[in-house]
Amino acid sequence: MSTESHMRRVTAINNGTVIDHIPAGCAITVLKMLGIDGRRSTPITLAMNVPSKKMGGKDVVKIEDREITQSELDRLALIAPEASVSIIRAYSVAEKLVVNLGVEIIGVARCCFSNCATWGDREPLPHRLKVHSIEPLELRCHYCGRSQDMEAIIDNLL
Amino acid sequence: MASLITMDDLTNEEIIEVLDNAERLLPVARGETYLPLLEGKILGNLFFEPSTRTRMSFETAMKRLGGEVVNLGDVKTSSVVKGETLFDMIQMVDGYTDIIAMRHPRQGAAQYASDSARVPILNGGDGAGHHPTQTMLDLFTIRQAHGTLEGLNVALVGDLRFGRTVHSLSHALVRFGCTLTFVSPESLSMPDEIISDLKRHGADITETADLSSVIPSADVIYMTRIQKERFPDEDEYARVAGIFKLCAADLSPAKGGMIVMHPLPRVSEISPDVDNTKHARYFEQAFNGVVARMSLLCRLLNVEVPAIISSNGGEN
Repeated sequence: MSTESHMRRVTAINNGTVIDHIPAGCAITVLKMLGIDGRRSTPITLAMNVPSKKMGGKDVVKIEDREITQSELDRLALIAPEASVSIIRAYSVAEKLVVNLGVEIIGVARCCFSNCATWGDREPLPHRLKVHSIEPLELRCHYCGRSQDMEAIIDNLL
Repeated sequence: MASLITMDDLTNEEIIEVLDNAERLLPVARGETYLPLLEGKILGNLFFEPSTRTRMSFETAMKRLGGEVVNLGDVKTSSVVKGETLFDMIQMVDGYTDIIAMRHPRQGAAQYASDSARVPILNGGDGAGHHPTQTMLDLFTIRQAHGTLEGLNVALVGDLRFGRTVHSLSHALVRFGCTLTFVSPESLSMPDEIISDLKRHGADITETADLSSVIPSADVIYMTRIQKERFPDEDEYARVAGIFKLCAADLSPAKGGMIVMHPLPRVSEISPDVDNTKHARYFEQAFNGVVARMSLLCRLLNVEVPAIISSNGGEN
């Protein structure tokens, strides 16, 4: 069965956002990063572990009646650097966005190293993770320089 | 104004310039001449962790150059115990001083302070992170002994995992084309991030747990203390405590010009009988902390060191 036929399992949306190419199993984290907790009145559709030629397996999220912004999208770079996003208006793709990893991710996740100067809740400067390398993706804390465990980043999302 | 947080904050040319200025400041550091280049300037010494050499040599350096020093004093009697954030403390000290020398148990604290301050920060050690002012005095000592920093064989021995002095020193040595041998038990080996950074700079690195095998070819043996205070539990410390012990007899196959260094304090890793050999350099190394820090204070405060300094009456 092709990926396209898998995609048809979920209803096309009238207006909103489709986030594709999320790493398999990360869709719920993506919703968490976007501040979507399921209490919204509009429908949200998740497809998880969909076969993908590019990624092996992937997740897809459809959010009705909400267009996510580029800055919201860039937060996803931490866990879904290859995500692609379509803004849907009247059942058509009105805009395509791609995640921009940039050189630094500010205020999205705290450093995972428990002896980092930023550890604790009261220091006011923002948490800053620098992109040390893209392939393979490696992030380091701006302050302590420690390489970040990608799984720990999800636990340390702000 | 620029801070010194890691060795990446100085280019190779700037390192050489700091060392050259330090060389010229030797008569001032020895008290043979008085040169008040930093008169009217105040250094804030913020040591949140124990320190003898770093704190005292910063203080001596400032005073030898005519400057003043204010100290945080015992952390237990400061507002840190009342829960003051590092950010707030830096705002305050920033207002009192022209430059801050700082040591903190948390890694990244110096960078955090630098991002919070208007005055320059000199990192005097941040957890198991970096210690660049120590590296400057180490480089000064190495150049003094060998006449160059280029292409030497340097063995770094002991606690390479938590040892901030060896983290900063290895970054600097690789940039001068030195060959590094890391001697440690596996549990105290150099962190992966640092190895990968060094290799990116083209480093030639060997890792071993056998100290005796590196002695014949080394130009520098840099011993470090296994730091009990950095271990999460006593058992883990007990497994590696005292694992390396260098005594005078071990040095018989060494090259004549090989030097033994140590950031001090030592525990049992260098026997006192090494002190009287031609190889021992750790006490001179500790003295060199004064000139290296004098030179760094001048640099970060934008004060030029005169090209010629006489030994009896200030600059010529």
